Amino acid sequence: MNQPLITLDSLIEPIDFDALTRTAQSGGCSTSSCGSSAKPDDMDAAIWDKVKDHPCYSEEAHHYFARMHVAVAPACNIQCNYCNRKYDCANESRPGVVSEKLTPDQAVRKIIAVANEVPQLSVLGIAGPGDSCYDWKKTKATFDAIVKDIPDIKLCLSTNGLALPDHVDELMEMNVDHVTITINMVDPEIGAKIYPWIFYQNRRWTGVEASKILHERQMLGLEMLTQRGILTKINSVMIPGINDEHLLEVNKWVKQRGAFLHNIMPLISAAEHGTHYGLTGQRGPKPMELKALQDQLEGGAKLMRHCRQCRADAVGLLGEDRGQEFTLQQIPEEVSYDPSKREAYREVVARERGDQLSAKSDAVDTIKSIAQESGGGSLLVAVATKGGGRINEHFGHAKEFQVYEATPKGIQFVGHRKVENYCMGGFGEDASLEGIIEMLDGINLVLCSKIGGCPEDMLKEAGIRATDAYAFDYIEAAIGREYAETFGVELEAAVA
Amino acid sequence: MAFKIVVSQCTVCGACEFECPSGAIKFKGDTYVIDAKKCTECEGSFDTQQCNAVCPVPNTCIKAAA
Repeated sequence: MNQPLITLDSLIEPIDFDALTRTAQSGGCSTSSCGSSAKPDDMDAAIWDKVKDHPCYSEEAHHYFARMHVAVAPACNIQCNYCNRKYDCANESRPGVVSEKLTPDQAVRKIIAVANEVPQLSVLGIAGPGDSCYDWKKTKATFDAIVKDIPDIKLCLSTNGLALPDHVDELMEMNVDHVTITINMVDPEIGAKIYPWIFYQNRRWTGVEASKILHERQMLGLEMLTQRGILTKINSVMIPGINDEHLLEVNKWVKQRGAFLHNIMPLISAAEHGTHYGLTGQRGPKPMELKALQDQLEGGAKLMRHCRQCRADAVGLLGEDRGQEFTLQQIPEEVSYDPSKREAYREVVARERGDQLSAKSDAVDTIKSIAQESGGGSLLVAVATKGGGRINEHFGHAKEFQVYEATPKGIQFVGHRKVENYCMGGFGEDASLEGIIEMLDGINLVLCSKIGGCPEDMLKEAGIRATDAYAFDYIEAAIGREYAETFGVELEAAVA
Repeated sequence: MAFKIVVSQCTVCGACEFECPSGAIKFKGDTYVIDAKKCTECEGSFDTQQCNAVCPVPNTCIKAAA
């Protein structure tokens, strides 16, 4: 089963709906058996069931499933030094940035339009600008309305936690089973450097007092969610010199209180964003600094490494954003939900995923046996992909590279590196290639579906090998073979 | 005795609308407006004006000139 009936690549866009339907109807294994077979060994079956289609909660799912955010809750009850509430730009991609705010009615129209066109859609999130729990009426109105049309869509929200304890029971009733809390500190002294003020119980609080309240409410909210079995992800913004070391402490606190995942996000800061940090020259962390902190946190609360820090109105797979295709202007006044594309896609994915998992486990076995023979080593691999767990993007078209680390323990997804497109309509630009090489700092190997001779040579000069020899293969299978070539005694002997 | 919103600075987040104890703030056209007849400057309700305390932009919910 190495060749899928149709590649997931062809499903991204445009969608060949007839091919999808044929594949879906062509027999083979059923959704439930194949889907569950992709479960990682170290995960409880009930939890896997909750996260297997959620791109933000499962690294494995993010190759297949898409999320969309709707900006319906713009009011906020705290001020963060990395946020400027006036900022808006269609070309910016980062949390809290949005091109149009929506009323709950407009949001429902948009969600249905997206569900009809994007078969990968599995999750609807409310993630700013503003706070979903503080601007609660709009959050609730949106969720209550959409489940009437699309009952199987997963609902999730992101909050700063201050108003969270007031709504936990309603979240249960509404069947929201994923909540993200942004927790940047567990020490109010550090909090005072991040949060200038909060609005709580009808007044504004500042300084350490404000952060003490916020901290207590965040911990209470997390504990309440854990007691009720709602999966909670913690987002922490890594701010060099302010909370970078402290995040080790944050990780311990949230692990103790039952957080499912901890996501360390690098501060995004530039003067033109108009944020306090941007204007005062506070820098964000470099990619290797972020990775060093994440590596230190291994063994604590499970880390999320595939976050793309997406816009608050993002649509699509995590590495892409199709939000601009679905602005209100482009959406008809009347829309009705057609589940056929989403259903057909799920059938195909269920099969493809089982296949990918077995390719992955074969590759991991290869690596482990090589490591036993030769001691092994580690490889940091950057992959150009459009999704589906395959090497299926041209080097020059990649807007990001997914980074995998192969060590004697196996293959792990460790993050991504965003880059400027190198290829501009057939002509590579030397300036942007230099930028890409800089962003690939520390990488040993680049895997892509196609690369030109010139960029390949320039990468080689920088000590990075690039190859398109594994075009359209599963990512882990290719890494396994490369690992065998680099560290293996004899490939055949090692595999056998 | 009333507050007003400086339209050019307003982010249209709407926090002031639901914090206002007098129901004096409404969305009109493309921005929020304080009804001077209803605004009490929160006297008798809270120590500080709620719209000003929650507004994310400094000097945007301010005392209207008499």
